[in-house]
Amino acid sequence: MAGKVIEFRHVIKSFDETQVLKQIDFEIEAGKFYTLLGPSGCGKTTILRLIAGFLHPTSGEILFNGQTINEVPANQRQVNTVFQDYALFPHLNVEQNVAFGLEIKKVDKKIIKNKISDALKLVQLSGYGQRNIDELSGGQKQRVAIARAIVNEPKVLLLDEPLSALDHKLRKEMQGELRALQQRLGITFIFVTHDQEEALAMSDQIFVMNAGKILQSGTPVDIYDEPINHFVADFIGESNIIPGKMKDDYIVTFDGHDFECVDAGMKTNEAVEIVIRPEDLDIAPANTGKMNVTVDTQLFRGVDYQITAHDVNDNEWKINSIHKTTVGQMVGLNFDPEDIHVMRFGEDEATFDARLEQYE
Amino acid sequence: MKSKAAYLTPYFLWIALFVIAPMALILYQSFFSITGHFTFANYEEYLSSSVYLKMTFNSIWYALIITVLALAISYPTAYLINQLKNKQLWLLLIILPTWINLLLKTYAFIGLFSQNGSVNDFLRFVGLGSHQILFTDASFIFVATYIEIPFMILPIFNSLDELNPSLINASRDLGASNWQTFRRVIVPLTMPGVKAGFQAVFIPSLSLFMITRLIGGNRVITLGTAIEEHFLVTQNWGMGSTIGIILILAMFVVMFLTRDRKNRGGQIR
Repeated sequence: MAGKVIEFRHVIKSFDETQVLKQIDFEIEAGKFYTLLGPSGCGKTTILRLIAGFLHPTSGEILFNGQTINEVPANQRQVNTVFQDYALFPHLNVEQNVAFGLEIKKVDKKIIKNKISDALKLVQLSGYGQRNIDELSGGQKQRVAIARAIVNEPKVLLLDEPLSALDHKLRKEMQGELRALQQRLGITFIFVTHDQEEALAMSDQIFVMNAGKILQSGTPVDIYDEPINHFVADFIGESNIIPGKMKDDYIVTFDGHDFECVDAGMKTNEAVEIVIRPEDLDIAPANTGKMNVTVDTQLFRGVDYQITAHDVNDNEWKINSIHKTTVGQMVGLNFDPEDIHVMRFGEDEATFDARLEQYE
Repeated sequence: MKSKAAYLTPYFLWIALFVIAPMALILYQSFFSITGHFTFANYEEYLSSSVYLKMTFNSIWYALIITVLALAISYPTAYLINQLKNKQLWLLLIILPTWINLLLKTYAFIGLFSQNGSVNDFLRFVGLGSHQILFTDASFIFVATYIEIPFMILPIFNSLDELNPSLINASRDLGASNWQTFRRVIVPLTMPGVKAGFQAVFIPSLSLFMITRLIGGNRVITLGTAIEEHFLVTQNWGMGSTIGIILILAMFVVMFLTRDRKNRGGQIR
C-alpha cells in the first residue's frame, strides 16, 4: 500500500480575527476516496483550498509526499480541482477546456489530442469535443470539469461539492460514477460535501467536521455505528439521542431502566448520551418490549413507515418500521444490546479510540 | 398586447423624432448643392478631393491614436481598480470628471498649457525653459485621450468585475502562471468590454472639433472640424451633410468590426 500523500500538521487558518480552522491534523493515503463532511461554514472548503494552494495556512505545516508545500503556489502543485460551479472557461469549447492544462505544460499536440479523447471517453462525453460550454447541461458540464482535471493526471483530485448543483437522480448517478472512476484511476480523491448520504455512499474514509475542527474520522461504517458525540450522531443519519447514565461497564441506565450494552471503560454513574438508530428499533405489542412508547405520527415513505413516538419521560423516539401501527396507540420497543451506542460528553477522538481499543 | 404597445410608444417616438428623422434630413440635405439644386456633386467632390480624403485619413488616424492610448492606459487602470477594496469608490473618482462640462475642461487645459500656465511655470522652475505646448498635435492627443479615458475604463471595469473569480482559480489550478492566466483567460473574457470601450471612444473621436480648435489650434483638421466649418462658416450645408453621412457610415463600419461574434470556440490551433 502506498504511503501518505498529504499530511496536515497543526494547521490553523484565520481570516482577520476569526479562526476558521483550529489545529487540523490528518493524513491522506494514496489511492483512497476521502470525504470532508460537515455543515456549511465548518471549514471543509478551506481545507480544500489550502491543499489546492488558493489559500495559505496561518500556522502549521502542509506536506505533500513528505515535503512542506506551504509556500508552493497553486500552479506548481500536483493536485487539480473540480469546482463547485465547474469554472469551465466560457470562451473555449469542451476540447479546449480539457486541453488547457496540457497546453500550459507544452505537451505535444498529438499527445494532447489522444489524452483529450481518452479523458472524454472516460466521462462518457466522446463526440462532445466541439461543443460550446453553454450548450451543455449541468451534468455534462460536471463531466467536462472532471475530464479537465483528470487529464492532467494529478496525484490528488479535489472535488468541492461538485454534485450540489445537480438534481437528485443525476446526483445519485454521478455518485456511482465518481466512485467507479476513482477506483479505476487509483487517484486519491478528496471530496467535500455537506450531504451525509453522499459521504456514506462514496467514501473509503470520512472526516466529520464542525466549527473548524475534525470531530471524527473513520470508515463510513465506523462513523455511522460508533458516533463520537451528539453532533456526529445527529449529523450522520437519523438518530434517537437520549440522556442516560453509565451504571457500570456494559450497563447503561436511561428512561428509568437498566439496559445491557456493549460499551465500557467509563466512570461509574457517569452522565452520558445514548444513541439508537431508528432502523434498529423493532415494534412489538405493548408491554412485550423493553420499553413502551406512544405513537404520535406515522409517515409512509415507500420502503417503510417513519414513526415518531414519545415515552413516559417525554423523550421523542424516531422509529423506522416496515410494520404499520396506529397513531395514539401504545407499542413496545425492542432493541439489542449492540444497538445502543454510548457517547461521553467532551471526549476527543484519541481518547475515544483508546477506550474502544480496550474492550473490542 | 395593447398595453405593451402603449409602453413602447415613447420609445418609438424617440427613435423616429431624434434618430431616424435627423439622419433622413442629413441624407436629404447631402443631395443639394449650395445653390439648392439636387445633385450628387457633394459626394463626387468628397471622393475626388485630396483635401477631404486627407481629412478623413487624419480623423481616422487621430481617433485611432486616441483610442489606442486610452486603451493602453485604461486596461491596467481598470484591472488595478478591480483589485482594490473600495473599487466602486475609486471608479467613481475616475468617472467624476465626466460630470463637468467638456468646454470647461478644455478651457482648464488652455490655462494649464499656455505660455504662462502651470506646466510651463514648472518647466521653467526645473530649468527646462518654457515651451510651446498649446496648439500642438501632442497636446491635442493628450487632452482628447484624457477626456475619453473614463468611457474606456467603465466598460472594461464592468467586464473585469463580471469575471467569475473561480475561473482564475481554475486556470491557476491547471498550472497556468499569472501571465498565462491573464493572456489565456482574463483577456479573452474581457474582450467584450474592450470592444465596447473601443466603440465608445473611437466613434466620438472621429468627429472631435472643439478640442482640435481650442487645444490643437486648428492644426489638426478632422471631419468634425470640416462639418462645423461647412455649417457655420461657408454655409455649404450640403457638403456638411455629406461628411456627416460619411461619419455615420464609418460608425457602422466600426460597430461591425467590433461586434460580438456569436460562434465562440472552434478548432484547437
